[in-house]
Amino acid sequence: MSDLTAGQAGAARVADVQGAYMAMTRRKRAYGSVMLIVFIALMVSGFRVADGRNAGGFRDGIGNIFQFPGEVLEEAGQKVANLPGLMWHFLPSLIETINIAAASTLLGAMGAVVISLLATRGLAKWPRLVGLFRRVMDILRAVPEIVIALVLIFILGGGPVPAMIAIALHTVGALGKLFSEVNENASLKPVEGLHSVGATWGQRMWLGVIPQVAPNYLSYALLRFEINIRASAILGFVGSGGIGYDLKNAFSWGQGRYDEVAAIFLLLFGTIVLFDQVSSRYRNKLIGGA
Amino acid sequence: MTVTVASSDAGFDASGFFRRKRWMAFAVPAVILAYFVYIFFAFDIPGLAERARMDNARILVADSYSYKTHVTRDNRMGGITIAVEGEMKGTWPEGTSPDWVTQESGDRTRVALKHGHAVVIDGNTLRYDVPGYGVIAAEVSRSEGVVLDLPTDTVPDWISASKTRVDITTGGGRVTITKARTEVMRYAFGWEMFWFTLDSPFHGKSFGELMGLALSGERVVEGKSNLAAILHDIWNNRMWQHKDVMWAIFETILMAFLGTMGAGIVALPLAFAAARNFSPLMAVRAVVRRVFDFVRGVDALIWTIILARAFGPGPLTGALAILLTDTGTFGKLFSEALENVDKREIEGVQSTGATPLQRYRFGVIPQITPVLLSQLLYYLESNTRSATIIGAITGGGIGLLLTQAMITQKDWEEVSYYIVLILIMVMVMDTVSGWLRRRLIAADDSGR
Repeated sequence: MSDLTAGQAGAARVADVQGAYMAMTRRKRAYGSVMLIVFIALMVSGFRVADGRNAGGFRDGIGNIFQFPGEVLEEAGQKVANLPGLMWHFLPSLIETINIAAASTLLGAMGAVVISLLATRGLAKWPRLVGLFRRVMDILRAVPEIVIALVLIFILGGGPVPAMIAIALHTVGALGKLFSEVNENASLKPVEGLHSVGATWGQRMWLGVIPQVAPNYLSYALLRFEINIRASAILGFVGSGGIGYDLKNAFSWGQGRYDEVAAIFLLLFGTIVLFDQVSSRYRNKLIGGA
Repeated sequence: MTVTVASSDAGFDASGFFRRKRWMAFAVPAVILAYFVYIFFAFDIPGLAERARMDNARILVADSYSYKTHVTRDNRMGGITIAVEGEMKGTWPEGTSPDWVTQESGDRTRVALKHGHAVVIDGNTLRYDVPGYGVIAAEVSRSEGVVLDLPTDTVPDWISASKTRVDITTGGGRVTITKARTEVMRYAFGWEMFWFTLDSPFHGKSFGELMGLALSGERVVEGKSNLAAILHDIWNNRMWQHKDVMWAIFETILMAFLGTMGAGIVALPLAFAAARNFSPLMAVRAVVRRVFDFVRGVDALIWTIILARAFGPGPLTGALAILLTDTGTFGKLFSEALENVDKREIEGVQSTGATPLQRYRFGVIPQITPVLLSQLLYYLESNTRSATIIGAITGGGIGLLLTQAMITQKDWEEVSYYIVLILIMVMVMDTVSGWLRRRLIAADDSGR
């Protein structure tokens, strides 16, 4: 510290610092540009590989991109009178898809509440098993829904149940992680208070923690519901029930049933946008009012 | 919440508040319960028990950790073939056999099953010695079909017998007899020929022997070093197709990478156009935002279908589908981040005489980089999972292999292999993206 007082040494020190700073900036810039070059190289080569391994190339395909939507629109335009009827016809499937999403979100959220409380330090019933429950959540989160759904379709047959279980399991993992982050910020005072009057673990969580975190839980669960509607439509396409299955049938029929395809597209689009808007409004309200 | 209102109406408010709370405490669980009751019947869960195929579950579990070798006699032409899972690719070459199959004479073959069970196939007759039960004899004849001779009067439940087909399943193995062929199956633990197929000179060698071969100079295959030959045989394994599987995994990751990063690149400039503080024209903002909502609302499923028509199946289609959907998501997230940037930093940069471009580069970009990077990396991981599903729809990547293996309902060990690989892939992507996120964002915070 004493050398700072001496003017000469101080100036030298400033020059040193400046030099070091400039060197660091240069190094950072160099790293930045190297990373940018690597990134661009990865993107370009990745695109070329993907293009090469695709059945149709990008160049040939880009011209046809509007062909299929055009065909669908054309046919739907000719049979525009059918559309309301068809939409009504597919409404039960749509409801099934939404039900799959809602039931799996509910089940998943309930599972996630329990497992997230068990996986939060300070709240866990068995503090030693915190790591175990975290790993369980990681695994549940890592399994793509389609894997569980396909296995369950093989065992349980088609229908909404395999999709529901698959999405619910994934939801447990995904929400569990978010919930446990929320739990970490919860105040421990009510929990300690309840503990001092002899409340059980369940009572401490239900009365001490849940009221604090419920708005955040709900907000995350709503977001998940939105995601799960999409997932349940996709799983329907792969083999479970719901509107995805109808879409697949209409789609593989090809020309002649494009009015059905258009009706399902419209229903699906409308549903996703509707729930998107509703959930984002409620989430804003929940987080804003909390 | 103003203090005055709360204090003046405290008594009234509180009782109403508690009444409402108490009511909610019963109403919410009741609604949820009622909904589940509705779901219970809407999804026909009572009928599920009937539809559930528990035998399928058993096959799935058993097959995932064991394999069976078929010893098959063609009852029309004669002749024995021994093949793993009864597949062409796994057929033992003529004259070779596992040590539990012995060719006693021309058309007489003895198959030793597990737990002391033994089967002798002699021409069109078969004798199965089941310890503790007796000898089951069966004969196939052109006129009578399959004639079964049991030591007991009643047919036990592990034998299903008809004129055309006899099926015996025991702890030792499984025997099926039809007019066309007699088949004896023996189960063994593990994944058969995971490293080397039967036609490879390295099949059946232990790890130590392989290491020895790889290090010693004696060449097993002409014109190739042993290590190269070993790797070649593993990589080109026809049974497990490691080459194709690894390519499929790579394709899936490629879809996620190209889709996520491409979406980021497309969304960033558009996000400026959608942000209130960077885009003065209301009309432009509204249009760009509606575009974001549209591509997000159409959803990856529909984009995949549309794009698959134009580009055909493959990783490019999946990448573009992810790109389109996530452009909407990123556009929304980035424009929100842009609306929250601190104006003072930009003004500070401007005060040094920076050009507009420099203002963006040094005033805006550093502020949103952490948000941008963490979102990109988070979506990269989540899109790896989406890419698996999209691959199953368009036909590309590991998703396609998984669905194909499932549809054939035969190679469950391959299904479990793929599932394990998918899990590892997603977890590795999760770890890598988490690590990068911490590295990049921490580096950005400290050295800006």
